[in-house]
Amino acid sequence: MKSIIELRTSPHIRKPHSVEKIMRNVVGALLPLCAFAVYAFGLSALALILVVTISCLLTEFIFSRLSGKGNTLGDWSAAITGLLLALTLPPGFPLWMGFVAGFIAIALGKALFGGLGLNVFNPALVGRAFVQVSFPAAATTWTPAFSVDRFSTFIPTTFTLPLMSPPDIALWTEKASVGLTHDAYSGATALAKMKFENVNTDSLDLFLGFHHGSLGETSAALIFVCGLYLIFRRMMDWRIPAAILSGAFVLTEALTLFGSTVPGSFMLFSGGLMLGAMFMATDMVGSPVTPVGIWLYGFLIALITVVIRLYGGQTEGVMYAILFANAAGPLIEELTQPRIFGAGSSVVDKNE
Amino acid sequence: MQTSHLPIRRLEFSPVLHLPLDQHIGKPAISVVTRGQEVLRGEVIAKADGFLSVPIHAPASGVIEAIELRPGIKGPKTTTIVLRPYPADGQVVMVDDPVDIDQLTHDEFIQRVQNCGLVGLGGAAFPSHAKLAVPKDHRIHTFIANGCECEPYLTTDHRVMLEYTDDLIRGTLMCMHAVGASLAIIGIEDNKLDAANAIRQRLPTDSPIRVQVLETKYPQGAEKMLVKSLLDIEIPTGKHSYEYGIVINNVGTITALGQLLPRGQGLIERVVTVAGPGVERPGNYIMPIGTPLKFLLEQAGSRVEHAEEIIMGGPMMGSAAASLDIAITKGTSGILIFNEAAIVAETRKIHACIRCGECLSVCPLNLNPSMLGLLARRRSFDEMAEKYHLDSCFECGCCTYVCPSNIPLVQYFRIAKAINREKRAA
Repeated sequence: MKSIIELRTSPHIRKPHSVEKIMRNVVGALLPLCAFAVYAFGLSALALILVVTISCLLTEFIFSRLSGKGNTLGDWSAAITGLLLALTLPPGFPLWMGFVAGFIAIALGKALFGGLGLNVFNPALVGRAFVQVSFPAAATTWTPAFSVDRFSTFIPTTFTLPLMSPPDIALWTEKASVGLTHDAYSGATALAKMKFENVNTDSLDLFLGFHHGSLGETSAALIFVCGLYLIFRRMMDWRIPAAILSGAFVLTEALTLFGSTVPGSFMLFSGGLMLGAMFMATDMVGSPVTPVGIWLYGFLIALITVVIRLYGGQTEGVMYAILFANAAGPLIEELTQPRIFGAGSSVVDKNE
Repeated sequence: MQTSHLPIRRLEFSPVLHLPLDQHIGKPAISVVTRGQEVLRGEVIAKADGFLSVPIHAPASGVIEAIELRPGIKGPKTTTIVLRPYPADGQVVMVDDPVDIDQLTHDEFIQRVQNCGLVGLGGAAFPSHAKLAVPKDHRIHTFIANGCECEPYLTTDHRVMLEYTDDLIRGTLMCMHAVGASLAIIGIEDNKLDAANAIRQRLPTDSPIRVQVLETKYPQGAEKMLVKSLLDIEIPTGKHSYEYGIVINNVGTITALGQLLPRGQGLIERVVTVAGPGVERPGNYIMPIGTPLKFLLEQAGSRVEHAEEIIMGGPMMGSAAASLDIAITKGTSGILIFNEAAIVAETRKIHACIRCGECLSVCPLNLNPSMLGLLARRRSFDEMAEKYHLDSCFECGCCTYVCPSNIPLVQYFRIAKAINREKRAA
């Protein structure tokens, strides 16, 4: 009998679990956020999400070919970067800038470091930071949510020609705001109102998403639910959002004792904190793996976010907080290596 | 397919038995038979070479057909005694003079254990007498009987505890006596409650033996994990359990001791779990040591066809059989046969580490397998050992089992350790 037997090294069984499966589930968890973004902001949101994601996929495709890895689109990580990046952009963000953001996210944020698993920073945030400094006006121009004709017309800035300045949309915005019943549109996000006008938007509106802002950041409730889904499927580390959200809440509340008027709930539900805590900071590649390190990393993000929001020149600090914590990650990990089994136990004889 | 409910059944004698001289850890035994010699079942056919070595007994009455090099479990060819049993023989076991164990001195006791040719039956195959011979300056307070099956799929310990309960209790008392322990704990995982209850029923109320039920969680059967669970003592790498006043043995080994020692009989057979998706008649079979793998597979109904994998031992730490010509040795606790479908599921693409941290959360020793894997890829083997405790890793395989990127972490660690050993030796 001639037979062929397989030779492999132990362990011979594997958990039915894979990178693709994790990534596919993250994409799945992001889709409801995209759907809500389209519902709130209309055609322009849909176009932007598509353009940014396609840009990311295309860039990943080209770089994976160039680096000789073959096609790495199958691991779904580029799709996540694309969706996440799109969700952080303002609804009327010019499409060509979105395309650039996608390219930078993958090329500079990921491919340059050697691809999946080797990037130091969250690629989506690298793309977001790039457009924040390159196109500051476009990256902070907000348009109203739930405008009446959002499903029939695009926001005028969407189709700005490459290298051209976006048109002034003050007039369009005024028209689009007509008839909106929720929190009257004033051109500034909740965070900007808090900072410059000292007006705190109602936390419940923030929580549910009845306000404007970046595409996918408006409904804290929805983000929270989508994040919970991943946590329950054990595809996301619950400790990171737990550390960030509890840290930000406690710190903000503590600061009210020192004259701050911003409530903790506002801190949690405004701007990009929920999206950042649930989907950006939890990017496995950029976060520490040591148990103590994970908590430190989360608290660091909470601290920097709160400090920038309350005392910094910027209205929003989540992006910089996460990028900074990403950079500090290896150091945090180095300092928090787990205590190895048996370390510190001494030879004892119970009979003596 | 579960085998824990299947009673131990005797396998037919194989027409030929292969008995390698290096079945145990330590120096290989020295053959004392010649080609053509007739031997009785239970007769010594190879003697121990020094203290860390054990004799081998003929598992059947028959004739020595050859002493030759044959493929071994570890891979390279090894000197093997080939024995052809007489089919018509009554197969009565030849035994030494029975003795009263209580009358033996410590050294005599250890000598008799060595004469039995007994080794750790859980898979380690470490000579049992050497384990019971505690250095004189150490006092032992607790003897632990390891009744946690060392790996999933394997059910030999479970069945032995259920079916040979009295032998296990007798063996435990003998071991306690030998090491001078006043307490014995039989640690059993909670998926074997029937075994735990069976033992408890047989113990008198004033027995120094205690049965303790533990969570079923691989690698609960690893010595360090078991000591931690039972006594909350962490034994660091490089330390022996006797330095902490503890001696541990596997329940299968203790049971064999309880059976063999009073009779003065050698270890000639053992229970092997045969399981896996590629086997038609899985079960717990008792068979002579030296039964060829090919014969066993035929009996258990496994047609070895294209792309099957045969694992000697458990799925987490066992090794793949490189040849069907190898035989069951004293240390073989299980044979698993995975067929094509089972294998394809495991053969997935390897991705880069996404630093999910799963490996850290499952490592029983709190190592950082993710970092170790990264360093291995960079060939920084020194740093792995010096900074990240590579040498503590006992290769349980948990990190590799959970890795979503399918990275063969344990294999990296084995290679790194081997290279470090070579460097140190040079």
